[in-house]
Amino acid sequence: MMRRIKEFFIEKTLLATALLTVLVTIGIIAVLSVEAFNFFKEVSVWEFLTDTQWTPLFTDKHFGILPLLSGTLLTSFIAIAFAVPVGLSISIYISEYAPRSFRKTIKPVLELLAAVPTVVYGFFALTVVTPFLQGFIPGLSGFNSLSAGLVMGIMIIPFISSLSEDALHAVPNSLREAAYGMGSTRLQNAFKVMVPAASSGIIVSIILAISRAIGETMIVAIAAGQQPRLTLDPTVPVETITAYIVQVSLGDVQHGSLEYRTIFAAGITLFIFTFILNTISYRIRKKFQEKYE
Amino acid sequence: MDQVFKYWGIFCTLLGLVLLAIFIGSILVDGVKRIDWEFITNLPSRKAENSGIYTALMGSVWVLVLTTIFALPIGIGAAIYLEEFSRKGKLSSILEVNISNLAGVPSVIYGLLGLEIFVRVMQMGSSVLAGSFTLALLILPIVIVSTREAIKAVPQSIRDASYAMGATKWQTVSMQLLPASFGGIMTGVILALSRAVGETAPLIVIGALAYVPFAPSSPMDDFSVLPIQIFNWISRPQEGFELNAAAGIIILLSITFIMNGIAVYLRNKWQKKLK
Amino acid sequence: MESEQIDTAREDSPAKKKNMIKAEGVKVWYDDFMAIKGIDMKIRTNRVTAFIGPSGCGKSTFLRLFNRMNDYVEGFRMEGNIRIQGNNIYSEKINIEQLRKEVGMVFQKPNPFPKSVFENVAYGLRIQGIKDKQYLQDKVEASLKQVALWDEVKDGLNKSALALSGGQQQRLCIARTLAVEPEVILMDEPTSALDPISTSKIEELLYELKENYTIVIVTHNMQQASRVSDSTAFFYMGELVEYDKTKKIFTNPEKKQTENYITGRFG
Repeated sequence: MMRRIKEFFIEKTLLATALLTVLVTIGIIAVLSVEAFNFFKEVSVWEFLTDTQWTPLFTDKHFGILPLLSGTLLTSFIAIAFAVPVGLSISIYISEYAPRSFRKTIKPVLELLAAVPTVVYGFFALTVVTPFLQGFIPGLSGFNSLSAGLVMGIMIIPFISSLSEDALHAVPNSLREAAYGMGSTRLQNAFKVMVPAASSGIIVSIILAISRAIGETMIVAIAAGQQPRLTLDPTVPVETITAYIVQVSLGDVQHGSLEYRTIFAAGITLFIFTFILNTISYRIRKKFQEKYE
Repeated sequence: MDQVFKYWGIFCTLLGLVLLAIFIGSILVDGVKRIDWEFITNLPSRKAENSGIYTALMGSVWVLVLTTIFALPIGIGAAIYLEEFSRKGKLSSILEVNISNLAGVPSVIYGLLGLEIFVRVMQMGSSVLAGSFTLALLILPIVIVSTREAIKAVPQSIRDASYAMGATKWQTVSMQLLPASFGGIMTGVILALSRAVGETAPLIVIGALAYVPFAPSSPMDDFSVLPIQIFNWISRPQEGFELNAAAGIIILLSITFIMNGIAVYLRNKWQKKLK
Repeated sequence: MESEQIDTAREDSPAKKKNMIKAEGVKVWYDDFMAIKGIDMKIRTNRVTAFIGPSGCGKSTFLRLFNRMNDYVEGFRMEGNIRIQGNNIYSEKINIEQLRKEVGMVFQKPNPFPKSVFENVAYGLRIQGIKDKQYLQDKVEASLKQVALWDEVKDGLNKSALALSGGQQQRLCIARTLAVEPEVILMDEPTSALDPISTSKIEELLYELKENYTIVIVTHNMQQASRVSDSTAFFYMGELVEYDKTKKIFTNPEKKQTENYITGRFG
């Protein structure tokens, strides 16, 4: 009987730890919503979504999220535009071309790229990549979205290469043999058979990488600048949502002030974006799993 | 064409690594001469050449230890529940979706959560404790996912044998599954902690400081950590601080790479044992 | 088949009964698939009973009902009742852990725990909360001697059980089961993963064990069933086709299906 009680108690404790994760999500949504709600009592949603300036820390205050959003999307776009072709090429090379033993060594090595702290990447972008690029692009500002985006791209390469390679690896070998049996070259096999067959896994890897890029903070805070600007020019300083949150946190902002609440309004915008991306990727992944089960 | 793509693939594979190597190389050249015993034991200072990383290093150690203490039991507990106790149903699918989503929440958002809940509502201030709680929540999904993978990898026959001997669920978990998956769990935990060591943004958001005159001596003290110290040095214009940043990065990268190395070693050893 | 009535035996009688296990109207489903289609059966105490039949005939499923190992299978559902020593093992009140101490099981593939030889045999005692070192040692030694493994492993009790050969591992698994003194031992194709010499060792062992234990063995090997068992049950498509003395089944079966199977015409 004692044993029954003990088992029961242990099971409920373990359940409680699992439920705590739900509490974390509820906490995130509650904190962001409450503070954002207070923010929107003073600033209209319309202004937030349409004003083209973001200057909460100046005397002439504007609360338009668009400049931060454009900064976030611009740096992310550069990162993705760099990381997707490179990451995909790596995954195809490893699964279709490289010797088998190579796969086992190269994957953990590539994953080191994702293990490097982002503050280190920020330093890299600021002190190495930007000066290097300035040699080719004379007008390049000391802070810019180009080098921040490119370095962020390096960081997310392993997200794409590793997950895509897993997806390619999971394609049944019979498909590969069938393609070769028809006289395909490796390249034809890779792009006409393997990539389509592994497409959902590859799409998931790209979505996760986008989500990662949008939420990345330190690289852009260090190398892209802190000037909210509605622009698509990659050579000038911009500010991302995440960099703005860091900028405010570094200053001395009074708790409960409108400035304090801006970081939650910015935060909830960021959260909504990543939440949508993560949910899409989760759905695709679930569907994909069922197909193979 | 086929050959062209092959070389292109090799080029891409090496591209990131070569860039990283060049960067580390250049940092090493700059920073290594700055590293001496005084750099490690000195307090931060206004003058670059007198500045050290002592307080930041101690802050990182404090945060790491406390984060482990909080995240480990909760993460492993949740993983055990999901793998061995929960039945397929609404609850388990909610938990599943939830954890997958948490893993994708940007770290800076965890900072906002910590700022409001730990720093303000629970009145911990910008203390080591608040920072550790924040990072513990941040790495929780990683710990859960990797622990589940490790438990899942234990052959079903072990469970069958244990249950057939009359063991209860908890006996089977604690006496068979956890020992058998220990290596895999540790691999995941170390990788998660190596991520925590490098985290900067959430700690800046909860108000960890760039300048702390003393190393923390209790969980309620103010603190800084290595990456924040590095960030602080990066953002100063004077030449000398950039050197400090490079030196700090060498120390931070060494810690990260050593942890990753241990994790890979443990994983290989464990996978061999499992077979 | 057996002729006596169930009612004659009092449910709580302490003396050993003639029949260890009684199954009545047992039906099993996995989701929509009906795996057992209504089986009544009695299994004799201190005898070896063999279950034979082609793959997927339900013999393993039926065996696993006796220690409730099917409970964990997703979509498992059951009707009817099974009594072991008079107790309905599917009643709400039954303690499953206690049941499994009474009804041990040996699996198809040897599955020692990734621990030492000693800890493997001591496991069942430890989970009952027994900590007395001397008692554990005596029990481990006695159990290993029962399966004739003692001489082979006595110098390496602390070595990993995974280092033993397949046949030794399977005998270790039997010793592990014996250590908790069960009444019944269920064996699910215990020799199908072993070489002929190891197989014959285990068959000899069965002969000795049945003095003290009731043994039910699932096997694909006709010769094995005829060598080791007292009674044999032939299952086909979730039904018990024929159940009789082993000699009768193998020399003069009543049903055509049984004859076809044992003479190797199908399955």
